[in-house]
Formats: sequence, structure tokens, C-alpha cells
Amino acid sequence: MYAFDYRRPSSLAEAAALLRQDPEAKLLAGGHTLIPTLKQRLARPSVLLDIGHLAELRGLREENGGLAIGAAVRHGEVAASDLVRRTIPALAALASHIGDPAVRNRGTMGGSIANADPAADWPAAVVGCGAILRTDRREIAADDFFRGLFETALEEGEILREVWFPRPERAAYAKFPNPASRYAIVGVFVAKFADRVRVAVTGAAPAVFRATEMEEALTRDFRPEAIAGIRVPEDGLNSDLHASAEYRSHLVTVMARRAVEQARAS
Amino acid sequence: MPQVRMVVNGREVAGEVEGRTLLVEFLRERLGLTGTHVGCDTSQCGCCLVLVDGVSVKSCTTLALQCEGANVTTIEGLASDGELHPVQRAFHEHHGLQCGFCTPGMVISAVDLLSRNPDPTEAEVRSWLEGNFCRCTGYHNIVKAVLAAAAELRQQKAA
Ligand SMILES: Cc1cc2nc3c(=O)[nH]c(=O)nc-3n(C[C@H](O)[C@H](O)[C@H](O)COP(=O)(O)OP(=O)(O)OC[C@H]3O[C@@H](n4cnc5c(N)ncnc54)[C@H](O)[C@@H]3O)c2cc1C
Ligand code: FES
Ligand code: FES
Repeated sequence: MYAFDYRRPSSLAEAAALLRQDPEAKLLAGGHTLIPTLKQRLARPSVLLDIGHLAELRGLREENGGLAIGAAVRHGEVAASDLVRRTIPALAALASHIGDPAVRNRGTMGGSIANADPAADWPAAVVGCGAILRTDRREIAADDFFRGLFETALEEGEILREVWFPRPERAAYAKFPNPASRYAIVGVFVAKFADRVRVAVTGAAPAVFRATEMEEALTRDFRPEAIAGIRVPEDGLNSDLHASAEYRSHLVTVMARRAVEQARAS
Repeated sequence: MPQVRMVVNGREVAGEVEGRTLLVEFLRERLGLTGTHVGCDTSQCGCCLVLVDGVSVKSCTTLALQCEGANVTTIEGLASDGELHPVQRAFHEHHGLQCGFCTPGMVISAVDLLSRNPDPTEAEVRSWLEGNFCRCTGYHNIVKAVLAAAAELRQQKAA
């Protein structure tokens, strides 16, 4: 790693001010993406601002019939939370399959969302639920947040504060994990609301996306059979040593059907 | 250079570190606690696990300064009064190690598991240890050791 300074701001406002003063400063939450990146010398920040402990980012509460989860809440805390398991159990299940226990003990929901890795799990839940992302400046709808490979709507120096998830009637996440890293080769989050169904796909393309044809079919008929014949086009899907675009397209349908089955059983 | 303070294996320690100093570097190079191993240095293998405030953490993926004020337990801190920790004893008795390189991380991981789930199934042990790689044993005896330690700890608690 190149040398950098380390600071622990004592509030969100202080972190935001420090980011404004120094364009080379970078936020550090759980560090489980950033520290490996720094070890590869892929970034050269002047200072890391550790926001992992900030109380303003660590809340987890029921709000407006949904759940507000602080950006610095760790994957393992979501997985173990009675509140999450009672209200949106699919989020606890998703969090419990991220990486391994030690990754879940440190990695945060907000770090994963801000980083927008194409194979990350949280973006599927955010888009699948149609969540609202709250920053230190504004609110952003899930459909406007993920812009591309590692690219989000967050502006320079903007800090993700918390995410509000509406509570679906039923939801589930099915992932075909890379057996070594447990990142999603394909992951599908399905959420059934009173009037519509949302289907979000991660791992398959440069950024999470909605499978709208599946959404329409499932809104009419919430059964796995309803989407058995629907294939997301291979065009634009990722093709790498883990899976071809053709295979990923196939996996999207398989994972979506599994998610619907699980959601129906939940 | 900034100072870091933490409690390691029950002892208060302090030292000057750089921002980029990893927890594992602080433990091994400053404190001489070389029981914590670096297997991959890429956050994958779990050899470097230590307990930070009671939960298992990859010390190769944690900055020393992130642990300011924390309570850290390494493999050296598990035995008390010359008596091996029940998990350590079970690894010994069930031949849960061959070269031993992965063992400190395995033991720390198992201690974390048993503090949350005192009566895990074999499947739960295997799934929990997903992030701990062993290139020697084939895992069977490690799983046996963790289940045996769980039983012993439950018995100790009941007594
Ligand atoms: C071995 C291993 C396996 C993994 N497996 C999986 C997996 O199966 N699925 C999966 O989804 N992920 C996986 N991950 C990634 C893990 O979930 C990371 O914890 C996560 O992607 C990043 O969260 P963090 O808190 O560690 O963020 P950090 O590494 O601290 O930060 C990541 C980036 O986000 C920025 N950032 C952090 N917080 C904020 C904020 N509040 N506002 C704005 N920007 C912010 C940082 O500046 C940085 O650029 C794995 C990681 C490892 C090491
Ligand atoms: S050395 Fe830390 S995970 Fe391998
Ligand atoms: S005993 Fe050799 S790596 Fe596990």
C-alpha cells in the first residue's frame, strides 16, 4: 500500500467537511473492498476517513412500514437482526450469504452499495425492493442509483447515510455464487408487493438491472412457471472465465424461478 | 506518527504506527505475536483471524488504527494458566491439524462460532468454516474437533 493518513471523524458533518477540503481523501467503512484495493496499489488516497463507527450511520429501525438500515451496519448485524428477520427476512438471508463470517463481521451494507461491484449482493436487494437511498444531501430512488460498472449516482464527496427498504409481502434472493469468493455469478432478488412484482438481477451485467418482462409475468401470476420461458437477452451480459453470457442468461431464469419458489414458501 | 492503543490478550499495549500499518503487522512485528499467520494477504484464506471485541476479523484486512481502543485476542491469548483452550485441546486430540499453518485461524473462527452457537450441526460447522482454507487435512478432523469442543464447552457450562 502507498502511505496514507488515517482519521476518525466524530460526526457525519465532520466527515463531509473533510471530504470537501481534500479531494484525495476517501471514506473507509468496513475496509473489505478498499483495503484489498489499496494493497494492489489501485488507489492512492491521501487520508482514509473511518466512518465505520459513526452512530449516525449505525441505526437499524422500523420506519413507515419498512426498514431503515444505516450505511455502516455490518452484513453480519443484518443477518442476525431479529427485526430484519421479522420484517424483511430476505434481507437477512441475503446478508448471511455474503463472503464468509469474518467478511460479514466487518463489511458494511453501505460500503457494498457505494462500491457497486457488478457481482455484489446488496444492489439486488436495493433495486429489487425499490429502496430509497439517503445521503448527506438528498434522497435517491433505487432505479436512479446504479449507473454502471462501479458507478453510482453519488457525487464527489457525497456520503450514503442509510437505506430505506419498503416491506414487500413476500421476497427472496437466490444466488449462484462463485464457489471461491461467494460473490454472485448471478443473483436474483424477487419482491412481491400488493400491486406489482419487482425482479432485480446482479452479477450478470456491468450493473444490477430489472428483468421487466419477468416482473410483468409475475405480477399477473406469481408462480415459477410464469417465467420459465422468459430469457434475458445475452446481449450486454458479462462473459468471463466464470461464466459465458449465454450461461448467465440461462442462470438468470433459473435463479429467478428459485427466488419465486422461496418467496412463495416464505 | 500516530499512536495506537489497544488491549491484546488482556494486556494494554501502545505503539507508533503508520496509517497503512495492518493489524497483523502490528501484532507480529511490533508485539512479536507470530501465532497469527498470513496465508494469502488477499483477504481469502482466514489464516490471519483474530478476535476483535469478541468477533473474528481478518487481521490482514484491518488497519491497526481501526482497532484503537479495541480488545484483541490472538491464538496466544486463548490458553489460560498453561491450560489449552478446549478448542485447542480438541484440535490436538482429534488430529485437526497437519502442518498447522491454518490452525490459529481455524481455532479463532471456531471460538467465534461456538460463542454464538454452542450446539452447531456438522453442516453449520462446515458452512461457518467456508472462509478458512486448509491445504492439508481435508477438513474432516477439523470439523470433528470443533464438534467435540462444542460438546465439551456445553458440558463445562452445565457443570
Ligand atoms: C473474501 C471476500 C469475499 C466477499 N464476498 C462477497 C460476496 O459474496 N458478496 C458481496 O456482495 N460482497 C462480497 N465481498 C465484499 C464485501 O461485502 C465488502 O465488505 C463490501 O463490498 C464493501 O463494504 P465495506 O464496508 O467493506 O466498504 P469499504 O471497503 O470500506 O469501502 C468500499 C468503497 O465504498 C466507499 N464507501 C464506504 N462507505 C460509504 C458511504 N457510507 N458513503 C459513500 N461511500 C462509501 C469507500 O470509500 C470505498 O470506495 C467480499 C469481500 C471479501 C474480502
Ligand atoms: S492472510 Fe488474511 S485472509 Fe489470508
Ligand atoms: S494443517 Fe496445513 S494448512 Fe491446515
